[in-house]
Amino acid sequence: MSTTVPVKAPMSGAKKQTPEFVQLLDPDGKRLSDELYDPWVSDVTGDQLASLYEDLIIVRRIDTEATALQRQGELGLWPPLLGQEAAQVGSARTLRPDDFVFSSYRENAVAYCRGVKLPDLVRVWRGTAASGWDPFEIGMATPAVIIGAQTLHATGYAVGCTFDGVDSVSVAYFGDGATSEGDVNEAMVFAASFNAPVIFFCQNNQWAISEPVGLQAQRPIADRAPGFGIPSIRVDGNDVLAVMAATRSALDRARTGGGPTFIEAVTYRRGPHTTSDDPSRYVDPVVAKEWEAKDPIARVEAFLRSEGVLTDELAASIQARADEVAAEFRAGCLALKNPEPLSVFDNVYATEHSGLARQRSQYTAYLEGFDK
Amino acid sequence: MTELTLAKALGSGLRRALSDDDKVVLLGEDIGTLGGVFRVTDGLQRDFGKDRVIDTPLAEAGIIGMAVGLAFRGYRPVCEIQFDGFIYPGFDQIVAQVAKLHYRTGGNVRMPLTIRVPYGGGIGAVEHHSESPEAYFAHTAGLRVVTCSTPQDAHSMLREAIASDDPVLFFEPKRRYWTKGEVDEDATGLPMGKARVVTEGTDVTLVTYGPLVATALDAAVAAADDGISIEVIDLRSLSPVDFDTVSASVQKTGRLVITHEASESGGLGAEIAATLTDRCFYYLEAAPVRITGFDVPYPAAKLEDHFLPDLDRILDGVDRALGRVNSLTGWSA
Ligand SMILES: Cc1ncc(C[n+]2csc(CCOP(=O)(O)OP(=O)(O)O)c2C)c(N)n1
Ligand SMILES: [Mg+2]
Repeated sequence: MSTTVPVKAPMSGAKKQTPEFVQLLDPDGKRLSDELYDPWVSDVTGDQLASLYEDLIIVRRIDTEATALQRQGELGLWPPLLGQEAAQVGSARTLRPDDFVFSSYRENAVAYCRGVKLPDLVRVWRGTAASGWDPFEIGMATPAVIIGAQTLHATGYAVGCTFDGVDSVSVAYFGDGATSEGDVNEAMVFAASFNAPVIFFCQNNQWAISEPVGLQAQRPIADRAPGFGIPSIRVDGNDVLAVMAATRSALDRARTGGGPTFIEAVTYRRGPHTTSDDPSRYVDPVVAKEWEAKDPIARVEAFLRSEGVLTDELAASIQARADEVAAEFRAGCLALKNPEPLSVFDNVYATEHSGLARQRSQYTAYLEGFDK
Repeated sequence: MTELTLAKALGSGLRRALSDDDKVVLLGEDIGTLGGVFRVTDGLQRDFGKDRVIDTPLAEAGIIGMAVGLAFRGYRPVCEIQFDGFIYPGFDQIVAQVAKLHYRTGGNVRMPLTIRVPYGGGIGAVEHHSESPEAYFAHTAGLRVVTCSTPQDAHSMLREAIASDDPVLFFEPKRRYWTKGEVDEDATGLPMGKARVVTEGTDVTLVTYGPLVATALDAAVAAADDGISIEVIDLRSLSPVDFDTVSASVQKTGRLVITHEASESGGLGAEIAATLTDRCFYYLEAAPVRITGFDVPYPAAKLEDHFLPDLDRILDGVDRALGRVNSLTGWSA
């Protein structure tokens, strides 16, 4: 019998947490070959990659616009995704409409890929609604703010899919910090026990607000899943092609009865946690600079240019398209109406609740008093 | 005496507790390097080290559960829950373990934990950042529950909570974090179990706590213009409630209004109304009135003004207690 002695890694910040991962496009835009993962993206044409490039540009542009809207007082708060575009686009673009996403608050690029209406992205952050969209319209639940809760929901949805005999897959998006919550660990136990067709997609962006990933995990996060009986992949989260390949392989496993997969997409949160945060208190600017050089968009651009797919004209037209989307997004945000006062009583129950009906009636009388 | 914000007064309370007793340790998310999302623990890790001011992994059951273990070992843990709505993953540890261990062990094991919780709304936040969950804990035997409304109380009550051999849920009114006031670190004021008469009055007793104390005071000032004299009471402790102070006031005024942000049903207001009806039945001239958040989840930011009790709603409640024309005059269900 052999025993593996766990190696106690020192508590570390973002820096020491980048061992091997799947990478198909390096930061300079060089295409690397990978026996295992190349086949999963061998059908991706230059034009398709250009289309992913357009997605990346657009989601970054939306994100920038949202931050601007917050600074201008039009949004209460915004959680920027700067730096995580490839992890989100590369995974979400591989899904089918009948798949279902359970995400957290930072997955705005995922929502974009699922076809969300632009103003729906900011209803919550503008404070006009309890959530942004109808989950069944775009195959994506509205974001969970309670860290990790959605991973269990994704597991249950996936189990439901197997009961129904369909090959739809559910995907849980969550962060490195979330992996410490009990919910996430319970989700992995349940998913493994029920062989659920679920993908645990962890964006390790190195931070949970001010806490470095080294506080949550002493080993690479992907290493945790096999202990639950779940195969895992560690992928360069800033490489849209590698993320796509990893997600496709996981989807294939899930659709063919192979059960759950855990994907750790190694990336970096280049902005603040939210617009309220002050990362200068805890981020080492040298490390931040290093990650800037691993930008998820620059490498696709370099590759597409070297292949002759991306010309100056195409780049300009994509940028123009992104600006158009941003303008539409801004206009949609500003047009969001404040909710009606009495709607505070809406949707608490599916059927009438007498106690609440009484409160509504009393508050109606109260508001009417102001007109007299 | 120094003028401090309520947040800074809490920070100075923690600082004193850490210096006075080396068994005091702080645990929480982002409380170290960042100094907490509200900067309450700013500078404490720098000054007391990473073994005393501990950034924990992101897990509330972990924070509370680990504090239980530290308490077994003789420590006096002070846990920070980042926002009210994030206490629930730790709820099981609080109600099933922290609250019951002293009882379960026949008094052999003490749980001198303090669990700090920024709570309440009025800051335009997203879901889970504006809740008032105090009633769950006041309902749980074995826990003491307190809340402060001034910088001086923030400082002294927090130190008293930490020194307490019972577990204390310490609710901090986050929208009042920036309220300033004089703080005397050596003051020996009211013990945390006592209610405080904030302003004396003769017509109506207005009972409240935490974030609404300031609003209740505004209401008292406004009512005075109308010739109505309101006595405002800041409960400070929600478990136990200092019913003696409230009863004494109601025996004087004969009228009782209770206001809190938390929803009405099963809330502190119900407990106070019931007990005061029992204790002051022959003094009451009108049924006790509750002005509270509605029985709905805390709503989106643009609706919170239609959830939170404000000056007008409180004054309407005062009119009801006084039998004056009010919003329910002529209303029938
Ligand atoms: C149960 C719970 N505890 C605490 C919080 C406060 N909080 C919000 S985001 C966050 C960090 C999350 O980090 P991670 O999971 O890595 O996601 P990221 O923000 O990096 O996308 C914390 C502690 C919360 N939302 N829910
Ligand atoms: Mg993170």
